[in-house]
Amino acid sequence: MADSVDVSKGLPANPEKATLDGKNKFLGMFVFLAGETTMFATFFGTYLGLRSGTADGPVAADIFQLPLVFIMTMILLTSSLTSVLATFAMKKNQFGKLKFWMWMTFLLGATFLGLEIYEFVEYYEHGLGYTTSAFASSFYTLVGLHGAHVLFGLGWILLLLLRNRKAGITLTNAPKFYAFSLYWHFIDVVWVFIFTVVYLMGIGG
Amino acid sequence: MVSEATNTRKKSVLWDWLTTVDHKKIAILYLIAGALFFVKAGLMAVLFRIQLIAPEMEFISGQTFNELVTMHGTIMLFLAATPLIFAFANFAVPLQIGARDVAFPFVNSLGFWLFLSGGILLSISWFFGGAPDAGWTSYVPLASREFGGIGIDFYVLGLQISGFGTLVSGINFIVTIINMRAPGMTMMRLPLFVWTMLITSMLIVFAFTPLAAGLALLMLDRIFDAQFFIPGEGGNVVLWQHIFWIFGHPEVYILVLPAFGIISEVIPAFSKKRLFGYTSMVFAVLIIGFLSFMVWLHHMFTVGVGPIANSVFAIATMTIAVPTGIKIFNWLFTMWGGKIRFTTAMHFAASFVPTFVLGGVTGVMLAMAPVTHLYHDTYFVVAHFHYIIVGGIVLGLFAGFFYWYPKMFGHKLNETLGIIMFWLFYIGFHLTFFIQHILGLMGMPRRVYTFLEGQGLDTMNFISTIGAFLMSAAIIVLVVNIVYSALNSERVTVKDPWDARTLEWATHTPIPEYNFAQTPQVRSLDPVFYEKIHGNGEMKPVEPLDEIHMPNGSILPLIISIGLFIAGFGFISFHLDLFISPYVFIAVGGILTFGAMAARSLQNDHGYHIDKETVESMEKELS
Repeated sequence: MADSVDVSKGLPANPEKATLDGKNKFLGMFVFLAGETTMFATFFGTYLGLRSGTADGPVAADIFQLPLVFIMTMILLTSSLTSVLATFAMKKNQFGKLKFWMWMTFLLGATFLGLEIYEFVEYYEHGLGYTTSAFASSFYTLVGLHGAHVLFGLGWILLLLLRNRKAGITLTNAPKFYAFSLYWHFIDVVWVFIFTVVYLMGIGG
Repeated sequence: MVSEATNTRKKSVLWDWLTTVDHKKIAILYLIAGALFFVKAGLMAVLFRIQLIAPEMEFISGQTFNELVTMHGTIMLFLAATPLIFAFANFAVPLQIGARDVAFPFVNSLGFWLFLSGGILLSISWFFGGAPDAGWTSYVPLASREFGGIGIDFYVLGLQISGFGTLVSGINFIVTIINMRAPGMTMMRLPLFVWTMLITSMLIVFAFTPLAAGLALLMLDRIFDAQFFIPGEGGNVVLWQHIFWIFGHPEVYILVLPAFGIISEVIPAFSKKRLFGYTSMVFAVLIIGFLSFMVWLHHMFTVGVGPIANSVFAIATMTIAVPTGIKIFNWLFTMWGGKIRFTTAMHFAASFVPTFVLGGVTGVMLAMAPVTHLYHDTYFVVAHFHYIIVGGIVLGLFAGFFYWYPKMFGHKLNETLGIIMFWLFYIGFHLTFFIQHILGLMGMPRRVYTFLEGQGLDTMNFISTIGAFLMSAAIIVLVVNIVYSALNSERVTVKDPWDARTLEWATHTPIPEYNFAQTPQVRSLDPVFYEKIHGNGEMKPVEPLDEIHMPNGSILPLIISIGLFIAGFGFISFHLDLFISPYVFIAVGGILTFGAMAARSLQNDHGYHIDKETVESMEKELS
């Protein structure tokens, strides 16, 4: 069990998987993400099925602003990189670096979310309300669900950082940071699909 | 990290049950709640069977009939069968793999309370303008905000919440089974019930998430005026059917695979033989699990998706009969030449086999796309799926109930009353549903609240209703049995009252909270039976007797669930004329839920230790 392992001589090579508790969190997170994948797939399918159902409202090519979305994509991809750097620091037992890169991840994620809110407001002002058409509903639902996941991830990492601000890296919190970074990569991968399926296909047909 | 573990303080009984994270207690909670919902949905069925006892009855109105039928199906699948399966899974899986607890005890408790609060949210719809009335499948446009009643808002939110509970429980089972097996318990030595729960949990992960997505779409349509299913605004109604059945077909196997698992435990135990063809049984379960996702379109043959799709899905559907046939023959070969003891559990298990074959045969009939147009929306379909669900799942659940009861509650159920109950139920079941095949072939449509005289439907409908009464009588006998046995049965003090085979029978009765004082060494399939033959009858431990670390109980799962219940009610109340604003409910519910989640992440909870002396004295007392 997590609290009976002696870490006075330094951390093991993979602190996130060194205890049964950590192994459970690791596997549990992967299974959870498998379920999330299926859920997002359903929303993607819905979007693909309904994206031509614009009902006299704006179509994708009228309103999507690719430059803004490109910047958002870059920011989110970078935040995945910083979370990788954080887990590298964790494996080397560098707590300060872990915290620094996790805070960077938080800031980049928050910037992304801010830009997404700005984007939605812009589209709304261009006449794409949530109830305008089936296309609008499925677009906002799919992208908004991703945004909600980003928001949830931000709250999660914030709580982790606050609670462990003085703890150092232990076999108890290493799996938690690691599980967060898995979640964060997942969000990033989903966004890559959104960028392709929603925005690029929306502009290019 | 140094532990701040404390021994549990003295708690009141109620507080103990509300905060428990012990898988055995959660199992009992699931059992009680599931049984109550089972009785409730059964009574609903009796009500609408009375309406159908004679032509042109006016016992209940058409609207009430629709509500009863919808609630009967929804409750039976989501709030009765699923939790009853989780009851046995929670109880037996950790014991059968030799674990102290599940991987995530907190999540396990959360799963139960979410299921219960979702179920209660669904049930209070009767008091707020009517229950859901669009059938358990809730097809749009019948369920759209234009045509469907307020009850459907309760349907979408109640099922969202309880479905989330099911999902997290499924994740918990997968991790438990993969990570927490005792030494020597390889994957190919897992008891078949554990195998079926592993595959079922995977199906839950991949099937309940599309359901969550679909319910979210319907909720957004109904409450936030989205346009997913509104054809005039670009929406599509067939989309709902695809999403629903991508969930709905695997759901059948989510329920029936654990029933297969229970049967595969009970038949060997009471035939005194190893399960015939263990490996083929495992692969049959895997194949059935895979194929269950490949066949959803057979629910939509009459929608008009074209001959190619219909053919592909018809063939995929019929393919499922092959692994199922393998299982049926393995059960028969297990009994063949065995020393069969006809206990009540064995009655249910043995009767399951022919009944399920009957349901499977009509399944192949329905899988033929062209012929389905004749059966579509008739009582033939009703008869078919009740043969699967009652003749398969419910018989399996009863077998498991009588089999594991002594381990769960410390005494056996009365066998005479049990066998009376079995015959009442079994005869009642066939009277009710066999005849519905014929009614269906004669053209009696389902979901219609009455029928006309002189169409040759009178007698058979009468018989069908009498069968429903017999099944109700069986449940009354079961209740009598439970009370009678609690008062009169001898306490079971031995570990293994059935002379059974698997690891759950290697612990004391009653089971101490840590399950096994020392983790056992597993040397074979059917480890307990192996040690009886090749060892001294006791499992060999792999570790010295030492202090045991256990998780602390927590009230937070209950608070999270109450929060979601309140928030869910808030979303529904946009369509209710209450004196409190919906936003108040949503805010209060949100604060409770997210507050409890934050509290969970901020608290330091290392569980507690049971010291060596206590373990030793408990072990001595029990043996």
